[in-house]
Amino acid sequence: MKSLAELAAIREKMQSKIVLRENQQGKRVVVGMATCGIAAGARPVLNAFVEEVNKAGLLDTTVTQTGCIGICQYEPVVEVFEEGKDKVTYVKMTAEKAKRVVEEHLKGGKVVTEYTIGAGAATK
Amino acid sequence: MKELSLNILDIAQNSLAAGASRVEIALREDASGRLTLTIRDNGRGMDEETVRRVTDPFYTTRTTRKVGLGLPLLKLAAEQTGGTMEIISSQTPPAGTTVTAVFDTAHIDFTPLGDIVSTVCNLIQGSPSVDFLFTHETPRGSVELSTAEMREMLGDVPLDSYEVLAWVRDYLNEQYAQWS
Repeated sequence: MKSLAELAAIREKMQSKIVLRENQQGKRVVVGMATCGIAAGARPVLNAFVEEVNKAGLLDTTVTQTGCIGICQYEPVVEVFEEGKDKVTYVKMTAEKAKRVVEEHLKGGKVVTEYTIGAGAATK
Repeated sequence: MKELSLNILDIAQNSLAAGASRVEIALREDASGRLTLTIRDNGRGMDEETVRRVTDPFYTTRTTRKVGLGLPLLKLAAEQTGGTMEIISSQTPPAGTTVTAVFDTAHIDFTPLGDIVSTVCNLIQGSPSVDFLFTHETPRGSVELSTAEMREMLGDVPLDSYEVLAWVRDYLNEQYAQWS
């Protein structure tokens, strides 16, 4: 059975990672989690980003949540912020698309253009 | 919303937007199949006029869009089972808002609870410094998680760390598995 006591072990294990995370300025993935996003399927997208970023060992990438940014028709919407670069807005996301964004953009540094708002608006 | 757990995730975001430092989510099922959902926060609260209008889909305090569907959708989900939804809010100390919705789980239009474990994980991931108290009581058993208690064990480790979120998921899934 899992117990709260196990958290003490996690605390021990995590100390070194926290220092590493605090020292880096990396990418920030922001998932829209307002009513529109949630109803359109943002939860599996968020879960996929959290899972895949960890799996890929991307310690400089954080996954956060935000409310409605006003383009409800394109939800689930995900924005990627990186110091010194333009914001990238991915639209109509799915868990599968999230995996590809982690692999190609967050890990490989190449934006997945076909999922961005320009391409999404063309296909409606 | 396809799952009641998604409504819960959505409504809890209102508490966070209201600056709550503590959010309680309680689900209580009785033997007759009546499910009571309570979301209680210590956020800034709403005035009477706002409470009155907040279930109107065309009312919102948001500026990014002109509709606010969270509470109207929860109200609809409750009422379509013959249940109710009630909001009590105060702006004077102790400020906060309590949303209570009652459902008949035996009704054909009851929206299944769905993946409530993900909802709890998503809330902690999105607001790791907030104290969440989640309880789910049924005649078959009960589940409880307090992030304040977790924080006592974790010290400086943020609750949105992957390892902590994975523990939360396993911890809750294990408690739910005992019922079945």
